[in-house]
Amino acid sequence: MSEELKFTYNVDGEDFNSAGQASVSVKKNLRQLGIDPEIIRKVSIAMYEGEINMVIHAHGGTADVFVDDEKIGIVLSDKGPGIADISKAMQEGYSTATDTVRALGFGAGMGLPNMKRYTDYMNIESQIGEGTTITMHVKYQ
Amino acid sequence: MSTYIHSVSLDASKCTGCTTCMKHCPTEAIRIKDNCACIDAQRCIDCAQCIRHCPNHAKKSNYSSLSEIQKYKYKIALPAPALMAQFENLDSVDIVLQGLLDVGFDDVFEVARGAEIVSAYTRSYLATPGIKKPVLSTACPVIARLVMLRFPFLKDNLIPLLPPIEIAADLAVKEAKEKHPELRDEDICTCFISPCPAKVSYIKNGFGSYKSKITLAVSMSEVYMHLLHVMKHDVPAEVSARAGRVGLSWAMCGGEASALLNDKIIAADGIDNVISVLDQIEDGNISNVDFVELNACPGGCVGGVMALENPFIAKNRLHTIRRYMPVTQENIKQFEGAIPDSGFTENLPDYKPLNKLSDNIAESMRLMNKIQLMCKELPGIDCGSCGAPNCRAFAEDVVRGLADRNDCIIAYRDYIKDYINNYPGSRKNDG
Ligand SMILES: Nc1ncnc2c1ncn2[C@@H]1O[C@H](COP(=O)(O)OP(=O)(O)O)[C@@H](O)[C@H]1O
Ligand code: SF4
Ligand SMILES: [Mg+2]
Repeated sequence: MSEELKFTYNVDGEDFNSAGQASVSVKKNLRQLGIDPEIIRKVSIAMYEGEINMVIHAHGGTADVFVDDEKIGIVLSDKGPGIADISKAMQEGYSTATDTVRALGFGAGMGLPNMKRYTDYMNIESQIGEGTTITMHVKYQ
Repeated sequence: MSTYIHSVSLDASKCTGCTTCMKHCPTEAIRIKDNCACIDAQRCIDCAQCIRHCPNHAKKSNYSSLSEIQKYKYKIALPAPALMAQFENLDSVDIVLQGLLDVGFDDVFEVARGAEIVSAYTRSYLATPGIKKPVLSTACPVIARLVMLRFPFLKDNLIPLLPPIEIAADLAVKEAKEKHPELRDEDICTCFISPCPAKVSYIKNGFGSYKSKITLAVSMSEVYMHLLHVMKHDVPAEVSARAGRVGLSWAMCGGEASALLNDKIIAADGIDNVISVLDQIEDGNISNVDFVELNACPGGCVGGVMALENPFIAKNRLHTIRRYMPVTQENIKQFEGAIPDSGFTENLPDYKPLNKLSDNIAESMRLMNKIQLMCKELPGIDCGSCGAPNCRAFAEDVVRGLADRNDCIIAYRDYIKDYINNYPGSRKNDG
């Protein structure tokens, strides 16, 4: 049994330029642990999508990454507007992104579906007006 | 144990231990020990950032001396396209090629020709169904090594073609043997005139199980000095350039990519930009791109540390020289279409994460926890006086047993203050 590891990142909702940095940093740490590159890729894609969503839909939040004996856990929480209809949001191509955000190449509506695809477990808890917490697991053993 | 031969080394007598190189190393491969920089061979990718930034010129690239070609009967110069950008008021590439013959080479074969062949192949490779995209160029050896060490997921994106220098060397030897059937392999020396130590390392080490066919690599700056004395601008040259615009343009960032006549390309230069592009490709964040050209050096190979001219001035010169050049060499069509059986990416080098903590994940996690705890206790100002590039790297070194905690003078100062303050009879209690 090994101790659980935790990395915490602040995802700044005001600073669009640094969106995606947490995912790069997680990759570095996982590489150093010796996690398989395929697994690292899944984690970083899921993390990247979640991070971007927090910036474009929820004015930022926090990302916690846990590593235990068998899996990597990602918990993304924000105090944004919340998601009204989660099953709709999970549909490929569904997006409420504004035109400005789309002009930057975001808002394809593939973020949540990709997070689901690249992880072994995903749970969304969301309250309108209070925020959203998304938990994902990627098994590595 | 790594048997990789690097081409960056240190002149300890010039090194003042100033920490500049350590701060610029993209893989955190440098530490300062006893006022002297040391490079960790496992982490070094030969990008030459340390050579570029050393204010004391203590970091050197190791290459062969031009005099070594004398050991061979038939000496073929393989000039990198960037060589043509080093001279002021050069009207024609021919003058440089003639100069190479005049400094003692028996023959010259432009690497730009190899580059044009690679461009032709790449165009048809991109049309192959089922290949992994974006296709990554392997021409800059730093990139090929970086992908293997740090972005293994992208290894199948590397183009399975030999780099231009290998194609040029191969054709040069074939041509030489046609002209002089009496030549044996051991009589012939193919000598690459290199803008960078990375190519020197590549020629010594090969890539994975592929061994380079080039005999030796000399520095562009050494050859430049020799050329200056012999180049004649008023006498017609006996040799003439065979490569065209496409080949010459490979010296600059964007040259390789633009030769593909395809808009879905990315061309990036400078090691930090390159790493950021690779990170984004790995995250699946770049879509609809067919080809990515990456150059470790700013501006592309014209920015190599063994090139003399400022890369921006060099680019301007290339634009001028190539103005009246044909697009490519003659008969390039014969190379298009078929993918050569190069074996270049068949046996790739092993994936080695640059700074893996241990072979056992549980043990790595234990160490990482210690590193995180220690980071919290360190001042976090990344001053470098401990000999590590930042506080986090220092914590790693301490946890791995490679550095002593007290090497952090800031933390040590606080420790001493504390000690004095708590010393029985210390002044603190006096008033
Ligand atoms: N953290 C979040 N807070 C509020 N709404 C969100 C959040 N994440 C996703 N959404 C909603 O779910 C929709 C679908 O998300 P996603 O699949 O990532 O597509 P996209 O981000 O391209 O719009 C978004 O358009 C948005 O309405
Ligand atoms: S960009 Fe060119 S000069 Fe620089 S390291 Fe790569 S191959 Fe060498
Ligand atoms: Mg999204």
